[in-house]
Amino acid sequence: MARALEKYLRKEVAGTPFCPGCGHGILLGLILRAIEGLKLDMQEMLFVSGIGCAAWIPSPNFKADTLHTLHGRAVAFATGAKLANPKLKVMVISGDGDLASIGGNHLIHAARRNIDLTVICANNMIYGMTGGQAAPTTPKDSKTATTIQGNPYPPFDLCRLVKAAGADYVARGAVVRPYDLIEYISRAVETPSFSFVEALSPCPTQYGRRNQQDTAAEMFDHLGRACTSGTKIDASQPIDIESVRLGELDDR
Amino acid sequence: MPQNTVTHPFETRGRYLSGNEAAAEGALAAGCRFYAGYPITPSSEIMEAMARDLPEMDGAFIQMEDEIASISAVIGASWTGTKAMTATSGPGISLMQECLGYAAFTETPIVVVDIQRAGPCTGQATKTGGGDIMAVKYGSHGDYQVVAFSPWSVQEMFTLTVEAFNWSERLRVPAFLLAEEAIGHLRERVDLPAEIEIYDRDYTPGEPPFGTEADDGVPSMPRFGDGENLLVTGSTHNERGFRKVEDPQVHDKLVRRLNRKVLARVKDVCQHESFHLEDAELIVVAYGFTARSALRAVTLARAQGLKTGLLRLITIWPFDRDLFGGLSKKNVPFLVPEMNLGQVAELVKAVVGQDRVTSLTQVNGTTITPAKILAAIEEAV
Repeated sequence: MARALEKYLRKEVAGTPFCPGCGHGILLGLILRAIEGLKLDMQEMLFVSGIGCAAWIPSPNFKADTLHTLHGRAVAFATGAKLANPKLKVMVISGDGDLASIGGNHLIHAARRNIDLTVICANNMIYGMTGGQAAPTTPKDSKTATTIQGNPYPPFDLCRLVKAAGADYVARGAVVRPYDLIEYISRAVETPSFSFVEALSPCPTQYGRRNQQDTAAEMFDHLGRACTSGTKIDASQPIDIESVRLGELDDR
Repeated sequence: MPQNTVTHPFETRGRYLSGNEAAAEGALAAGCRFYAGYPITPSSEIMEAMARDLPEMDGAFIQMEDEIASISAVIGASWTGTKAMTATSGPGISLMQECLGYAAFTETPIVVVDIQRAGPCTGQATKTGGGDIMAVKYGSHGDYQVVAFSPWSVQEMFTLTVEAFNWSERLRVPAFLLAEEAIGHLRERVDLPAEIEIYDRDYTPGEPPFGTEADDGVPSMPRFGDGENLLVTGSTHNERGFRKVEDPQVHDKLVRRLNRKVLARVKDVCQHESFHLEDAELIVVAYGFTARSALRAVTLARAQGLKTGLLRLITIWPFDRDLFGGLSKKNVPFLVPEMNLGQVAELVKAVVGQDRVTSLTQVNGTTITPAKILAAIEEAV
């Protein structure tokens, strides 16, 4: 299977750009497995990303048209490309800081318009590339480079936010539950309107080492224990950091 | 320079249009089929016209959540092979700066119409201004080039919008129609050309999209969906689009080519119009709405026997330094009236010298009258 996915990668790319233990490499593979499963033609796809570690998942790795944009603006660039050429299958892959902080307004307005875009948010709960500063997704009390005493603010529940804004399909997965995540990505791509998948993806380098999860293995173990999978998430209930509910958001 | 001729899609003779309406019509005539924008006085009529007309012309219109999103969507649309535009005013120009740098660095053809109002900041939103000259050229970080035209009539709001599209396509740069509110909201009779000469971006399959052998070349531009596996990035990139963020030579070569490709074509891009320069003992340099007042002032001065001339700049960016270098040999003084504190006057001074240039400034939200320019002429000669 791993070799079967090589056709989706540029031959010029020598290796992963991600740190040891980063979840983004797993997510990269899961997105390609979803594409393989749906038998999509990469030549009809456009991958748009912003700035940050997750923005490097498609660019330059994916052998397809890729648009590596400015910090926060991926969804707005993608909206223009999709409207100007509706035949393109447009997928945005970016991080939590990119999509939910500097780009938060673009995200909720794209969800409101419900135009056919798929947004995959690789959520590592921290600004990884810039050295581990607090993000709007950093759990309360977590230690980061800018919250040395612990983060005083609660995080966004991105799935509830995007659902409330009007997105048709919203799901939360984690790279520790790979088969479910492939399923969510596949359903998101098949949704003919706005779809959003939050993919929890550990950052051992910047988050783990500051928060008593010293190795990648410990981080994955912790995430695996914290996540509980359900077939549906009640959209009216906020996220519980100690017990992260994975699944699709119910329309109720 | 134009490669193609198209028929004007609307009535051509005896039209009575506002400048903003003419800009929208010029865009559609040039082949613009995508518009993204955000409401802002005094440019909103352009967006309203595009919202009305684009859907009927198989184009796409979208009102975005802010100006940053608007220009982002325009850049995304341009890479699908669609001619794309936005229009705004001062505060919107300020918000668009990072994306203007992205368009310049990724060599994305886009057109931005700036209907200038009295700034800085929110300023006087409904009043005219001309203070964005430097902002459109130097507002984003790093070294880059843009093309900017300054219309003095409703007719030119049409023709120079077409030119802005042609040059953005030819050079793969952001191009501005840099008009003042006074022109955007002016209503005049126009006779529009039945045939429009246009330029569409060059594309040779397989050619590198971000580099040329010449150090001032404009590369081939594929579209998304052409099967070229495009790598578009705002990071430093090689000729195939691969990020090269630690190679000093790649960055130096790219930044220099992006600037040279425009500066090497200054003579082609730059347009001006001369009135009575042959025997002029004082040259008034003006552009946009102010050039209308300046022409009247020069005519009145001539009637008094004052040998003055008018040099009307049509292209502001790139700035045609050689034009002033040639004129300054006669050792005549220059008077530069403008609706800012001397932004173009400083450019002229840099070529001909400080002591040869009088800067006539006005930043009160109104246009400069012929009487005010005439008084300055009388004082100078």
